[in-house]
Amino acid sequence: MIAIVDYGVGNLFSLQSSLHSLGLDAVVTADPKAIRNADRVILPGVGAFGDAIDKLRSSGLEEIVLEQAVSGKPLMGICLGMQLLFEKGYEFGEHDGLGLLRGSVVPMQGNIPDGLKIPQMGWNALIPKRAHPLLKNVKEGDCVYFVHSFYATGCEDSLVAATEYGKELTALVARDNVMGCQFHPEKSGPVGLSILKAFAEMRS
Amino acid sequence: MITKRIIPCLDVRNGRVVKGVNFEGVQDVSDPVQLARHYSDEGADELVFYDITASFEGRKLFTDVLRAVAEQIFIPLTVGGGINTVEDFDRVLKCGADKVSVNSGAIRNPDLIPDAAVKYGSQCVVLSADVKRVDGQFHVFSQGGRIDTGMDALEWIRHSVELGAGEVVLNSIDTDGVKRGFDLEMLNAVTEIVDVPVIASGGAGCIQDFVTLFRQAPGVDAGLAASIFHFGEVSIRDLKQKLTENGINIRRI
Repeated sequence: MIAIVDYGVGNLFSLQSSLHSLGLDAVVTADPKAIRNADRVILPGVGAFGDAIDKLRSSGLEEIVLEQAVSGKPLMGICLGMQLLFEKGYEFGEHDGLGLLRGSVVPMQGNIPDGLKIPQMGWNALIPKRAHPLLKNVKEGDCVYFVHSFYATGCEDSLVAATEYGKELTALVARDNVMGCQFHPEKSGPVGLSILKAFAEMRS
Repeated sequence: MITKRIIPCLDVRNGRVVKGVNFEGVQDVSDPVQLARHYSDEGADELVFYDITASFEGRKLFTDVLRAVAEQIFIPLTVGGGINTVEDFDRVLKCGADKVSVNSGAIRNPDLIPDAAVKYGSQCVVLSADVKRVDGQFHVFSQGGRIDTGMDALEWIRHSVELGAGEVVLNSIDTDGVKRGFDLEMLNAVTEIVDVPVIASGGAGCIQDFVTLFRQAPGVDAGLAASIFHFGEVSIRDLKQKLTENGINIRRI
């Protein structure tokens, strides 16, 4: 069973549907017991960093998510959910993240060349940086779907794949059982589904 | 680099796709789910569903269809047609839409774009503008392109983006249905004044029109079309092959 943590941000219909389409059991839940009982956990998220981490904290789910990460259970953050895994986020001020991965989340504005549209919205290619089980079915040049205005930096130790948007931006990270996608695998066609499937097959 | 997108648009009335001829491997071309899967398999980068029903029952059928598509097709879905309130956003987003496009609703209600952008984020709010030349000026038309609002289109689009629209679909009434290519002049005028993605709509008649679009209107992010895809005149697979041959960066399947 995969628990999709529901802390009141974003629409989880597509994510749950994509897992179901792979024949996987997935539940959208805010219940600590269900999250503890799941054999892997997805932390989703759209919106702003500060607002999302506040919601995760005030709902009491931060503690539960951290506990799952420490237990060694596979944990994947998606989009803003990936960003929350890092130490700090700089969106409307400075916010503490979950601190599960080294690095921080900074705006594209001012950090990528002028003339590029922000957010990056659309399909862009994954550039693998090291071998990882999540990439086992991903081929050179495969594209995934991004929608983001902020990106993770200072995370060389967890970087698995980047994408080129004026410069290389963090796309996929992993350290031990903690993983994250900046893109939306549930909206990235067969390539995205293959990444979700690989996540479901990782040893828990 | 980010790829240029190809987007088929499906008009849905009472839960069925309007228009469309036969495709190889698609038994019922008026079934939105089958057609969506066909396009997705062929390499469509996104799908747009327009609800052209006006009745309450039609709306209900539409959201049922949307949910069925979102359960099975895992690429971005945009919904338009009949979006007048933030509650309409809520209704379609819950059924799996990723983006919602507003047109006449945003003209009638100036708060719609900012309210929706605050609640769901700009990336979710698409401005769809029907634009036509009137006395040498670009005017915004409403009610499916029937009524000249008298508003300057460039002003309207700039203003809507400032208010929170995160993407613009520019439909040129002048080139729509003519099948002699996209309205490059109008598109270039718009991409010069906004820094959000711009989707070209209206005028595609053949594969070469898309090559010309991305070459001569380099600020355009995506090409949208309906009938040439539905009538099988252009297959998305062939189109993407041709774009690749012409050095245009697209997502390969």
